[in-house]
Amino acid sequence: MEIEVFLGKIKAEFNEDYDLGDLGLDDNIKNMDWWSSMHALVIIALIDSEYDVMLEPSQMKSANTVRELYIMVENIKG
Amino acid sequence: MALMDIKNWKISGIATAVPSNIVENSDYDALSAIEKKLLIKTTGIERKHVAEKNQTTSDLCEVAANKLLDKLSWDRTEIDLLVFVSQSPDYYLPATAIILQNKLNLSSNCLAFDVGLGCSGYVYGLSIVASMISAGHLKKALLLVGDVSSSTVSSSDKSTYPLFGDAGTATAIEFSENSSGQFNMMSDGAGYETIIIRDGGIRNKVSKESFDLKEIGDGISRCALDLELDGLEVYNFSVTKVPPLIKVLLEETNTIPEDYNYFVMHQANRLMNETIRKKLKFTEEQSPYSLKNYGNTSSASIPLTICSELSGKIETENQKVLLSGFGVGLSWGAVTLNLDKITCLPIIEV
Repeated sequence: MEIEVFLGKIKAEFNEDYDLGDLGLDDNIKNMDWWSSMHALVIIALIDSEYDVMLEPSQMKSANTVRELYIMVENIKG
Repeated sequence: MALMDIKNWKISGIATAVPSNIVENSDYDALSAIEKKLLIKTTGIERKHVAEKNQTTSDLCEVAANKLLDKLSWDRTEIDLLVFVSQSPDYYLPATAIILQNKLNLSSNCLAFDVGLGCSGYVYGLSIVASMISAGHLKKALLLVGDVSSSTVSSSDKSTYPLFGDAGTATAIEFSENSSGQFNMMSDGAGYETIIIRDGGIRNKVSKESFDLKEIGDGISRCALDLELDGLEVYNFSVTKVPPLIKVLLEETNTIPEDYNYFVMHQANRLMNETIRKKLKFTEEQSPYSLKNYGNTSSASIPLTICSELSGKIETENQKVLLSGFGVGLSWGAVTLNLDKITCLPIIEV
């Protein structure tokens, strides 16, 4: 799993509604003005469906950047 | 895990009543245009039917039951059992089922009691009625299931208000030697705070403070008498607990998804339900949705979906179905059964 592919999948999930062209691996996604708990749900479902990894709500709550999410998924997958 | 094969009962008919008042999520001002779009895409909920101020769950169930009994031409004096499943009863006491026994002109020989469950309530209610009917002493029963959840959500809570619609349902069940249903049900009280109304019970009686509107986050304000729902926890619970429970039921009944005409889930939200469906490998065609026009109607959502999406099919031929409810408690369950040319009324608007 490559981190850029991971970032691309997250961007693709929301690109219909937001311009995420500049979203970087270390940007705090939860500080984006559009962020809500619904987006967290969409990301959890995306990771579950694409990587067969179910993030715990506490893990989702503690991750702020795409890189942190990626590392979490990598660690769970082993 | 409670696995049960309950024999000698069948569903004879189902009816659903909803309030005629429709609220469109596109009109909900607390959400921005983009949030509305994401909400509808994620949850699948475009609108819901919302009860008027003095319209209760029992009012909706009463209408559904009257129409169903008339259609079935059941003699009301022959109904031995009435079970009302809801988290929105008329009063703290007495039980709403007993009020409905009188309003429906049922005999005083009829057993009537309430069961306090939400999204899993239809499956649990079926198991209770089926168990009591199965022994053969009681022949005919009414299972009345529904909720007026709109009265428990804060209109200034964008995390709950757009989701919930109101409905009341009636299911006619009778003794039948050639029919059965197989159940699997579970509970986990460790998650009791995942979906909760904190005040109003004996633990936290209603006080002046219960009405204090508190800002929880952006677009989320509610008081302690309003429903509180942790969406991430609900999602995690549902997609990790429901599929294994259903897989065990499939194994125990020696069936596979292809054996079923329909897999009718509690209508929680589309993203969650689709995840469950894909994990179990049921097809889109097998899995009907009523979310778009009715929202999450809590305990009523399974019979409502049967009435709104399957009525034509189950009235004319035998359909093997798997029904699954999951949510508040936490509580979850599933049942496999046949709906063999049952009476199924179109949705009634009240």
